Parts: sequence; structure tokens; C-alpha cells
Amino acid sequence: MKLPEAAGLFLAFLARLITGAQGHWYGCPPKAEQRIYFANHQSHFDWVLIWAALPGDLRSVTRPIAAKDYWTSTPLKHWITREIFNAVYVNRQRTDDQDPLEPLIEALKNGDSLVIFPEGTRGNKGDPMPFKSGLYHLAEQFPHVQLVPAWIDNVQRVMPKGEVVPVPILCSVTFGAPLQIEPGEDKRAFLTRARDAVVALRSIR
Amino acid sequence: MGALRDLTITQQVGLLFLALFGILALVTIVEVSRTIRDLTPERQEMHEQFKRDLRAVWWGASLFWISWVLGAVVATILFGLVSFIAFREFITLTQTRRADHRSLLLAFFLVLPFQFVLAGSQRLDLYTVFIPVYVFFAIPVVSAFGNDPHRFLERTSKIQWGIMVCIYGMSHAPALLLLDLPKFAGRGAFMVFYLVVVVATAQIAQEIASRKLRRRPVARAISRSFSWRAWAIGAGVAAFVGALLYWATPFKPIPALVMGFIAGGTGTLGEFVMKALKRDAGVRSWGGKASVTGAVGLLDRVAPLCFSAPVFFHAVRWYFGL
Repeated sequence: MKLPEAAGLFLAFLARLITGAQGHWYGCPPKAEQRIYFANHQSHFDWVLIWAALPGDLRSVTRPIAAKDYWTSTPLKHWITREIFNAVYVNRQRTDDQDPLEPLIEALKNGDSLVIFPEGTRGNKGDPMPFKSGLYHLAEQFPHVQLVPAWIDNVQRVMPKGEVVPVPILCSVTFGAPLQIEPGEDKRAFLTRARDAVVALRSIR
Repeated sequence: MGALRDLTITQQVGLLFLALFGILALVTIVEVSRTIRDLTPERQEMHEQFKRDLRAVWWGASLFWISWVLGAVVATILFGLVSFIAFREFITLTQTRRADHRSLLLAFFLVLPFQFVLAGSQRLDLYTVFIPVYVFFAIPVVSAFGNDPHRFLERTSKIQWGIMVCIYGMSHAPALLLLDLPKFAGRGAFMVFYLVVVVATAQIAQEIASRKLRRRPVARAISRSFSWRAWAIGAGVAAFVGALLYWATPFKPIPALVMGFIAGGTGTLGEFVMKALKRDAGVRSWGGKASVTGAVGLLDRVAPLCFSAPVFFHAVRWYFGL
């Protein structure tokens, strides 16, 4: 076993010890199909939680999105995101000649699955904010990739904004039924529907 | 019994575990053979419940055995882990706010390990007062620095209560396991065994009694089955079983009877209190389907023990003048 693999297993164990990281597969089974998981975003811990809730063999093909400037700033951060999580790096600053979605498109072309948080930033109050349009563009370009909504519960209590050490509190991730863009559906309507699909999972217990 | 007393301590403890696992294996074999038969849905439900309970007993017995075989350090770590999981469940279903973050960190990562280190190293003076005195003082101080007065007393009391039950109560299991009693050194396993058997007996006897008697419940809003007569029967049967087990303890038969009554009676009352707490939190059990979080329901299993262990422990210390 290589070091990144062992570190990954240890990290997943730690996440489970602290949060339980229960995955509830409500709308679809955990299968090795190409998927985009999209979820509500409340904490830095969200990605680790989804990742730990996935079965072991799906973890290696499911990749997070990481902000390039932050997650490559120190060798340790870079190593964690590159070696353990195999993250897709994106630029936060928009430049005119480059599409910010390009690294994601590349990853999807390779056949990888992605986890994205379409709110764009961490919310701190109950309901998620309106979704940004990236999800729609990806869905449009890759109609065969399943779009799976997910609701992450309780994680804001584990690590509120501004704190560094997580408190052990049980969390769960509920995965819903995959959706697709309906024929003739416009961007706004689709993004609202996607957000509703995530929110609807909150009441499933 | 004379032949048994001639055996070395290690042999006696070995025999205890042999008997324990033997009975468990027997029950499991009977259980599996019963599964093969067809059952009505109602019986099936009871059957499933029994299977879950049996699995919990297996887990408990294995934990007990491992902690005995591997000694003080491992025992302390294992029971600490159980306490951690139970406290995690408790806090999950308790309303806390952002300002409590630091005090929760303190409880989980400093108080819990330290209390178990004290239990493992048998520093009984500090062990007894550490949580009721020092932690009682420290938690509200840390919470107050969180700068949020909203429901302050409620939040702080809930955290302290959780610490008392899940950490302080649970830490008495390794303390009892490692307690050095006069002429009883190295046989703490019998004490833990005695406590667990007595508490479980009280629970089962009370459950059966309340089903058969159908008395008017004392506190209907909290429990529909709890009545004083059923409680007395539970504690009485526990006392009787305790007296029968006197040979496994450092007590004479009469003190063993009294200790059994104390441990069994406090255990079932503790269970009753946990019911009130669950009603308050709006859940039927700490785990299972009703839970938001998929908790394992460990707290349900260990709560009666957490309540009775400190009472029993201090009764023992007082009896021997330690």
C-alpha cells in the first residue's frame, strides 16, 4: 500500500469516527457509473463527508473541485488534494481567454465522477442559496452523465465557519434520484429544479 | 464450590468467560434453529428485536473479554471508545449552538481521555471529583467565552448532564474492572460481570412484571409501563440473583443481596430517566429508524449501566472503607 492510499484510508476512518458519515442511498444505488454529485455546502468538511460516505471502490474515481490558489499554496495542501483526493483544480479569478469549467470538462471526458457544490460558496443558514450555472452547462455537454442530488445533514455543527477542530457529531449524506435536463428546459428552470431536488432530501429520514 | 475456590484467579476468570460464552453460544444456536420455522409477522417482529439484543450481548461480552485479556491500558481505551460513541450520540440529539463549539471540544478531547486515564491508573480521589468539581466549573466558563447568552443555562446544563452520564458513568466500568479490593486483587472482572448481570436481570424482570401485572403507570407521559410494583419486582429479582452470585464477589451473601438491589434498582430507574430524556428530544430510541443520523443506538444499551455503575462503585468503596 502506498502512502497516499494509507493516508486516505486513515482520513476516511477519522471522518467516520467523528461524524459517522452515514450514506443513505435513497434515489439510486451506489454504482460505478459516471456521475456528478451535487450537494448543499455548509462547511469545509462537506467534501470529506461525501467522500467517506461513498463505498471504497467509488472513492478513487470520484473527484472534488479545489480552488487552485488556496489548495496549491503549501506543499501539504497540494499533496493532500493531489495525491489523496485527486482533485480537479480550478482558477477562481476569471480570465477572458479561459473557460473556468474547462478542467471539469476534461475530467468528465476522462470518465471520472465529480462532486460539486453549485451554491459556489458556503452558506450558513438553513436553506441553500440559488445554484450557479456551471451545473447546467456540464449537464448540457454531458447528457449521459447522471446528475445525483445529495443533502448533507448536521455538518455545520461539526465545524462551524471559522473553527478548525471538528466536534464529534453524527452526520448523514442522503443521495437522491438522478435528474436530467428536460427537452426545452431553460437554464433558470433547471437550476431551480436541481436545488429543489437537493432540498427535498432534507425531509427524508 | 470448594473446588472452585482452590483454582488460581486466572483459572477462575477463565472459567467465568468459558461459562459466559458457552451460554451465549447455546442461546444463539437455539435462536438460529428457531429462525428456520415460519413465524407470524408479530412474532417475527419480536424475533428481530431479540436478535438485535442478542447481537448487542455478544458485542458486550466480547468487549468485556478483550478488555480482560489485554489488561488495563486496552480496557481503558475500549471503554473510553464506548463512552465516546455514546456521548457523540447524546450531543447529536441535543440542541447546541456555535458558541458551544469550544466546550464540546473540551469535553470530547480533554475531559473524556483524562477521566479514563484516571480510571485506568486508579487515582481514585481525583477520579471521583474531576468531573463533578473541575469540569463542572470549566464548561460554563468556556461556553460563556463563546459570547452567546441565548439559552445559556439550558445549553450548558445539557452538556454537563451528557458528560455526567456518558463519560463519568461509563468510566466506572474500567475503574471497577481494575479496582483493588482486599483479598480480591485481580478479580475485578467478576465485579463488572456481577454488575452487568444484575442490571440486566433487573431490566428483564421489570419488563416481564409490567407486562403481566398491567398496573397503572406512575408517570404515563414518560413511560406507559413503569409502575412501582414492577420496579420493586425487578430490583428484588436482581437482589436475589445478586445473592446467588455472591461466590463471584468479595461480598458475603447478605451484602451481595443489598448490592444487587442497589445496582438493579438504580439501573432500571436510570432507564426510566433516559425515557423521559428521549421523550424530551422527540425520539423513540437513540438509534434506529427514528434517528436523523443513523446512530447505532449504543446509548440505549449502556444508559442503565451508566446510571447504576457510579452508585454501585461508591457503595463498594464505602463498604470496604477504601
